[in-house]
Amino acid sequence: MIEYIVAKYNYWIYILLMMIGFYAMIGKTNLVKKLLGMNVFQWAIILYYVSIASKKGGATIPIVMGAHGHYEPAQAAQYLNPLPHCLMLTAIVVGVSTTGVALALIIMIYRRYHTVEEDEILQIQETSITIK
Amino acid sequence: MIAEQFPALIIVFPLIIAFWINIVGWRWTRPCFYMSMLALSVSFISALGILNTVITTGTIHYRLGGWEPPWGIEYVVDHLNALILVIVSFVGLVVGVYSKRSIQKEISEAKIPQFYAIYTLLVMALLGMTVTGDAFNLYVLLEIASLAAYALIALGEDGAPLASFNYVIMGTIGACFYLLGVGYLYIATGSLNMADLSQLLPNLYHSKAVLAAYAFLMIGIAIKMAFFPLHVWLPDAYTHAPSAVSAFVAGTMTKVGAYVLIRVMFTIFRPYFSIELVPVTTVLGWTAIAAMIYGCVLAIAQRDLKRMLCYILIAEVGYIVLGISVANRMGFTGAILHILNDAFMMACLFLVTGAIMYKIGTRDITNFRHLHKKMPFTMAAFTITALSVVGIPPTCGFFSKWYLILGAIDAKQWAFAVALVISSLLSAIVFFKVIEKAYFKPTASAQAHNGGTHEEVAMDEVPMSMLIPIYIMVAGILTLGLFSGKIISTVIQFAVPASF
Repeated sequence: MIEYIVAKYNYWIYILLMMIGFYAMIGKTNLVKKLLGMNVFQWAIILYYVSIASKKGGATIPIVMGAHGHYEPAQAAQYLNPLPHCLMLTAIVVGVSTTGVALALIIMIYRRYHTVEEDEILQIQETSITIK
Repeated sequence: MIAEQFPALIIVFPLIIAFWINIVGWRWTRPCFYMSMLALSVSFISALGILNTVITTGTIHYRLGGWEPPWGIEYVVDHLNALILVIVSFVGLVVGVYSKRSIQKEISEAKIPQFYAIYTLLVMALLGMTVTGDAFNLYVLLEIASLAAYALIALGEDGAPLASFNYVIMGTIGACFYLLGVGYLYIATGSLNMADLSQLLPNLYHSKAVLAAYAFLMIGIAIKMAFFPLHVWLPDAYTHAPSAVSAFVAGTMTKVGAYVLIRVMFTIFRPYFSIELVPVTTVLGWTAIAAMIYGCVLAIAQRDLKRMLCYILIAEVGYIVLGISVANRMGFTGAILHILNDAFMMACLFLVTGAIMYKIGTRDITNFRHLHKKMPFTMAAFTITALSVVGIPPTCGFFSKWYLILGAIDAKQWAFAVALVISSLLSAIVFFKVIEKAYFKPTASAQAHNGGTHEEVAMDEVPMSMLIPIYIMVAGILTLGLFSGKIISTVIQFAVPASF
């Protein structure tokens, strides 16, 4: 059992992080904490992608081997796969923009209600909002 | 030839224009609207060109930068997504024209350039999701669409920022699940190209990683398309958004979600995987029934017209998924036809709601007395569209429901057929409640003071630039109804997976 966990520790770490983020998104009422949870959730997936690209022991970089007219193509088994890293560059950009939009929304909410606690906001809404 | 470049042009042109709208918007507000409409017109013309090419010559494969498919990103357009491209770009253009006056009233002058930049970006991203043949590219465009939608929804009335924030949280969970699903597929196959995946996956169908990937993909897409019980973000977000935004997102975003669902179930995975190896169609079918009944029942309970329509939308998503889940030729035809029809119907209903808001400043249906005298054309459009949603013959809603019921009967799923009929009757109650309030309710004051004589209500319609888009949609609803046989025989029958 221990070996099973240790052998695939990167998956366990990402699932643990993801669940922490998930809990914060679902369980917390503070909007900033929800946002932090969302970040942990996204970053867990990024760690997962980067970890699946890694290889242990003597892995090289994906360049064409040999020189001076003596080329041989690099074997896929020998190099670290760079594609997940590239994909995650895009995912990081997406994550940053999502965080930016969410922070802007929190600022708008704070200006309107003077609080970032969701239950307090809902109370204010109940007393103030009627059907338009 | 420019026609060969249409699959790229449909994305690239609005993308560049969206950027320039932002720049021009620093100084001038007026040209932003026209720039946005120019971009969307080019997209619409390209979409028509693509549809024409697909009908005459078959599936288009467009390689970006000339890279071969498993390595480079490939755009693939077959009959299914050519149709969705035309729908999305058309609804985007029509709602864009409508938005000119409605947005002036609903958001501050200073934000108008940004509104058009983001709106163009949203249409572009939905078109991109439809046109792409690469699973990761789809994720990126899905997030662009979602980010644009978050921003546009937050521009709405009081309460919109919180609704939008909840949408951010739910939407991110959905997108991350999709990304995880793609990750598991990548571990198993080493490929991201949809066609390549569908070649590589059949040998791995019993692998646990592939099953996990399938589950993650389905849940992620279900959140994005607001499929019951993962719809909780939708009513708040779409109710508080500006009316033009609600009309566009209600019309197209859930439909593009349904399209992605079809792609995952029947293109990335082979139909026999989704139907036989895992019992996903059964689960989807029964959940779709719950969505249909739940959506309509909650719609009856609403007083706010826009929120009522949001629940109807949840029921409509249920119809589409039901058609997909019966998994035979009739049901699938019904589902695709319903994607097409529902985009028009929902956009039209939300446009009408926006027009009512524009004139009388309220959406509470108890205040709709004498609305048929004040706004006869708008209410006529509402009535025709409502009849279409209920499914009365000359309108398009009837035909898609007809195929859905035929599909359910073909599959011997009697419960599905019964649920479809019940849900239609419930939606009839919903709409007749509104129509009764608007057409038949005598004013309380008139009865009290004048002993029942009618008070005069002057006609006061919305401006032409809002009325014409509404009537284009109504014309669309009637035309789609009349020509549904033609649409099925030229486009939809080729979009149904061959094994059905």
